[in-house]
Amino acid sequence: MQFYLPIAEVSVNVFVLLGLGGIVGFLSGMFGVGGGFLITPLLILIGVPSGVAVATGANQVVASSISGVLAQFKRRAVDMPMGAVLTAGGLVGSTFGGWVFNLMSKLGQIDLFVQLSYVLFLGLVGGMMLIESINAMRRSDKTMVRRSHVHSWVHRMPVKMKFRTSGLYISVLPPLGVGAMVGFLSAIMGVGGGFVMVPAMIYLLGMPTKVVVGTSLLQITFVTAYTTLVHAVTHHTVDMALALLLIVGGVLGAQVGAKVGVRLKAEQLRILLSLMVLLVAGKIAYDLLATPDELFSVTVVKA
Amino acid sequence: MIRILAALLLMALPLRAEEIVSGVSQTGVSITTSFDGAAILIYGAAIRDAPAPDGPLMEVIITVEGPETPLVIRKKERVAGIWVNRGAVKIASAPSYYAVATTGDLTDILKPAEDEKYHISVAQKIQASGVAVADQADYLAALQRIKVASGSYKLARETVLLLRQALFRTDVTLPANLVEGTYKVRIFLTRGGMVVDQQDSQIEVRKEGIERTLYRLAMDQPLEYGILSLALALLAGLAASELFRRLRL
Repeated sequence: MQFYLPIAEVSVNVFVLLGLGGIVGFLSGMFGVGGGFLITPLLILIGVPSGVAVATGANQVVASSISGVLAQFKRRAVDMPMGAVLTAGGLVGSTFGGWVFNLMSKLGQIDLFVQLSYVLFLGLVGGMMLIESINAMRRSDKTMVRRSHVHSWVHRMPVKMKFRTSGLYISVLPPLGVGAMVGFLSAIMGVGGGFVMVPAMIYLLGMPTKVVVGTSLLQITFVTAYTTLVHAVTHHTVDMALALLLIVGGVLGAQVGAKVGVRLKAEQLRILLSLMVLLVAGKIAYDLLATPDELFSVTVVKA
Repeated sequence: MIRILAALLLMALPLRAEEIVSGVSQTGVSITTSFDGAAILIYGAAIRDAPAPDGPLMEVIITVEGPETPLVIRKKERVAGIWVNRGAVKIASAPSYYAVATTGDLTDILKPAEDEKYHISVAQKIQASGVAVADQADYLAALQRIKVASGSYKLARETVLLLRQALFRTDVTLPANLVEGTYKVRIFLTRGGMVVDQQDSQIEVRKEGIERTLYRLAMDQPLEYGILSLALALLAGLAASELFRRLRL
């Protein structure tokens, strides 16, 4: 069944879109990630213009993170002040990202820039996660001692603030920076940025793992909502019909994924996730390196 | 007075000797949610005051063109191992859709000078702007190649069916990735490579129903549209978690 997307101006198969949303939802339910890093490249692959894919990807992430953050609220696993600081940084980063996106579009380098960002961040995070989880599997005799307080450069910076839920007394500058970085990626890559933020919160800010997911989801909800609005207003590239189809598929997939996820061990999950992240990064890197079939590309200039 | 009229008549006669009468199967195309391209039948006949002249046979060229837009063609080059857009050629205007259907090979039935005058072949429809690059021809060829591959340009030889040197018809398929706007249909009659008569008509391509509502909202009230998109996402997210919470009970 074909469906004509009003903003993307392409006709796509409804079941392909529902399936795409379903697969990404399944993975996000299983691994607890938003899945934006998968949905945006996949949309581009099926012929959706990259601008629409990025903006609509952000819209889809709003839906998948809102239900997540509500569940975390009930468990009191959200650090509100930390979420506010991360969001403030995120809004600044997203605005800057939108500006860079425009600049790169004008220069004709936006696709390259998006692809390089994907290779760099997915490669880095996927690689780190893989090494870390392989090490964790080897240390299955549980000799690891959890250090609750690591004093690093993060603790020596000014403008300190108390984050009760996280049990931290640190400068607001590092969380602002992390938030800004994630906001920037959200605007450029159409992702929530959880895959960058979660490791940064644990290793850089030293936040306890139990509040990391909820707090990052809070930030992602606000920042991707803001990104969606920015893209809608400046580029008119949010496709509501496309987003809705992806959300419906995603919601169903996420429930199935969550059930499968419970049966797997945490280390196995993380190895699988890291392999998937590396696979996406590898595919995009290959596209950049391999000689393309068509050296030329045509872009419509908007009046 | 009579002499002037007679002179005018004499001047007009060769042009009026053969005239096109034509129609299109639909003058409007609605893009609805289930839109997956459209097939349009263009038909007509040549009406003559006198028997068909001797000499070269009548040929028919039918073109359909979508709204014109400026374009940029970019070329990738290998820089430090990766493929990067380097060169670019700006095109002042190129049709978003262009189909040429003919009764024969375009080079046989149309003289280059006539092509230049009426802008019939794709090469004549595309106009580059700015300073010409050394390998401009490569860029223009690439534009045609890409547009043909995506189904936006169709150069179909011998797809116009001509009966008894008078009746003609052709089917033009409009692809699913259609741009809104006024599509111009031109029909040319040629003899010996010269255009004898031309007739134009139009097909209006419009988004309809929910497609139109959403598109207009996104363009005219982007903030409201953005907020609505978010509200919808919010609602869908909430409804989903609520639904599955209940299902688990």
